Amino acid sequence: MNGAKFVLLLLLTGAAGFGAAWLIGNAYLFFAGYVVLQYIALATAWNILGGYTGYVNFGTAAFFALGAYTTVVLHKLTTLPVPMMMLVGGLVSGIVGLGTGYLTLRLRGAFFSIATLALAVVVQTLITNWNFVGGSRGAYIVRPPTVPLLGIDYIQYLFLVMLVLVVIVLATARTIERSRLGYGFATIRDDEIAAEASGVPTLRLKLLATTISGAFMGMAGAPLPYYVTYLDPASGFSLAYAVNGVAMPLVGGTSSWLGPVIGAILLGTLQQVATVTISSALNLLIVGLMLVAFVIVAPNGILGLLQGMRERLRWHLAGRSRV
Amino acid sequence: MAGIPTSSRWMPRAAPDCSSQEPAHWPHSRIMEMSLDLLGNAVVSGVLLGGFYAAVTIGVSISFGMLDIVNIAHPAFIILGSYIAYIANATIGLDPILAAVIALPAFYVLGVAVYQIYYLAFERRGDEALRGLAFFFGLLFITEVLLVLVFGVDYRLVEAPYIGPTLHIGVVDLPLRLLVPCLVALVLVAGLQIFLSRTFLGRAILAVAQDQLALRLMAADPVRIKRIAFGLSIATASLAGAVLIVIQPVEPSIGRDYIGRIFAICVLGGMGSFAGTLVAAMTLGIVESFTATFYGPSWAPAVAFGFLLITLAVRPAGIFGR
Repeated sequence: MNGAKFVLLLLLTGAAGFGAAWLIGNAYLFFAGYVVLQYIALATAWNILGGYTGYVNFGTAAFFALGAYTTVVLHKLTTLPVPMMMLVGGLVSGIVGLGTGYLTLRLRGAFFSIATLALAVVVQTLITNWNFVGGSRGAYIVRPPTVPLLGIDYIQYLFLVMLVLVVIVLATARTIERSRLGYGFATIRDDEIAAEASGVPTLRLKLLATTISGAFMGMAGAPLPYYVTYLDPASGFSLAYAVNGVAMPLVGGTSSWLGPVIGAILLGTLQQVATVTISSALNLLIVGLMLVAFVIVAPNGILGLLQGMRERLRWHLAGRSRV
Repeated sequence: MAGIPTSSRWMPRAAPDCSSQEPAHWPHSRIMEMSLDLLGNAVVSGVLLGGFYAAVTIGVSISFGMLDIVNIAHPAFIILGSYIAYIANATIGLDPILAAVIALPAFYVLGVAVYQIYYLAFERRGDEALRGLAFFFGLLFITEVLLVLVFGVDYRLVEAPYIGPTLHIGVVDLPLRLLVPCLVALVLVAGLQIFLSRTFLGRAILAVAQDQLALRLMAADPVRIKRIAFGLSIATASLAGAVLIVIQPVEPSIGRDYIGRIFAICVLGGMGSFAGTLVAAMTLGIVESFTATFYGPSWAPAVAFGFLLITLAVRPAGIFGR
């Protein structure tokens, strides 16, 4: 399947999903669907760095919230449409990703991870101390009830915007995976010293991965203020984003673009259901436990389990036909 | 999920005479008058704070610095230690530090168990980098959420005779609340240093930090030594947690505030050098205390991160780097 066909397939899947939600006509479906889509974008963005190059980013919340707060600033100063704000948010988060990477990626991978963990705390401190975006009190965003051009409900509009972002992110991830760039990333993950010795420009590739990954996280966060209409640092920087960003790709499987999608749909839906039926603290506990259980028991995630099953099945069939 | 409130959580108690009374718009002359006192107090509370930071970091100096295990869940174990001190203090009125000493063996066993899982699931497979890190991140998160579920997000504090009073020496204030943790930290660091340099087991741990293969060739089991050392590193979290709750009220998510600090100190101190850890901890303590005194306590977490980034960018081998 080539790239264009893949994008077309994604668009058709997305349109089918949107159409189904439209037909059912339940507003909550769009509301919950937006969150799941946002997690697909976040998990895939994380995987571009984490899964492909093997560098763990614990600062998903920081990049995500930077995108969201960029929107808060732009909302106060301009009347830009949401997709433009997403581009700016992506730019800001991408630059921060580049900067963090530049300072720490020349060292061992662990240092980058620790730096991203601390980055989340610091960016939150800066935002909390910045009164223009509401400081610790938070910021209110008044959104119009409908979108003038399309004439649909605003939540549905945000759902569509996020859907388009997901298509872009997935197409990018899949393209990277199958390109020279993806092989470069994989050499870093498998043996960085050997890659360096064979002339792979490892630092440049790592910086590229960090920037792309950070930018997509920022873009995923940019529509958030319009979605929640009230944003404070505690919710924007919620550890839930960081944990889900790590857990979804690892539960789904990091080796291919499909893994984070599976993980995000599974964990995202689970959390939407659990938030409504049980408590939200408990559903975060479930995510944490699943993360730990999967990295111990099934290190290659659901994709790895499926692959193992397929191989065993093939082995069985082959064995039987020979007998 | 509770976020990280960055209000003046510890600084007003840490430096009572500066941040609480002094608004930003003081007349210039009074600032000049007060600045020497302020300076002295900022240095003293910075040093005391640094001692406490050393206690918090020493476990990571062992696990990350010596054993090469990136235990980012260490702050969660520290908070666990705080809550155990809190329970012992609130239910039977036990002194928090005494409670921590009693809990040391339990934390040691916990550390041994965590290392065993880590070894079997990640280290043996050579999968420390991605999944091992995610494992510790998961532990950090699970501990935090469990504490939230059991105790809620309220701040908890302990009572002890040394929490109220302050020694006054000249213009310098020595709050016992900071002095006692600092002394506990110094005893802890000195004790570990003696253990590592004087006992056979301690030397074996130092050897594991240098060359595991050589240890194996000498018929010692590096995994066993690492298990013991990791147990020790988690055991220090019990004491660190107790002194933390003596210094400031504790709620489940504040552990994350310490991640930047802990690793900044560990790296700056030269990864596993105890003397370096102490010096780096005091340096960070003084810098933070100055920031809190002259700019406001809500900026303190940013200082630690700046510290970490500058360290990583300029001198990743640390002050006492090998």
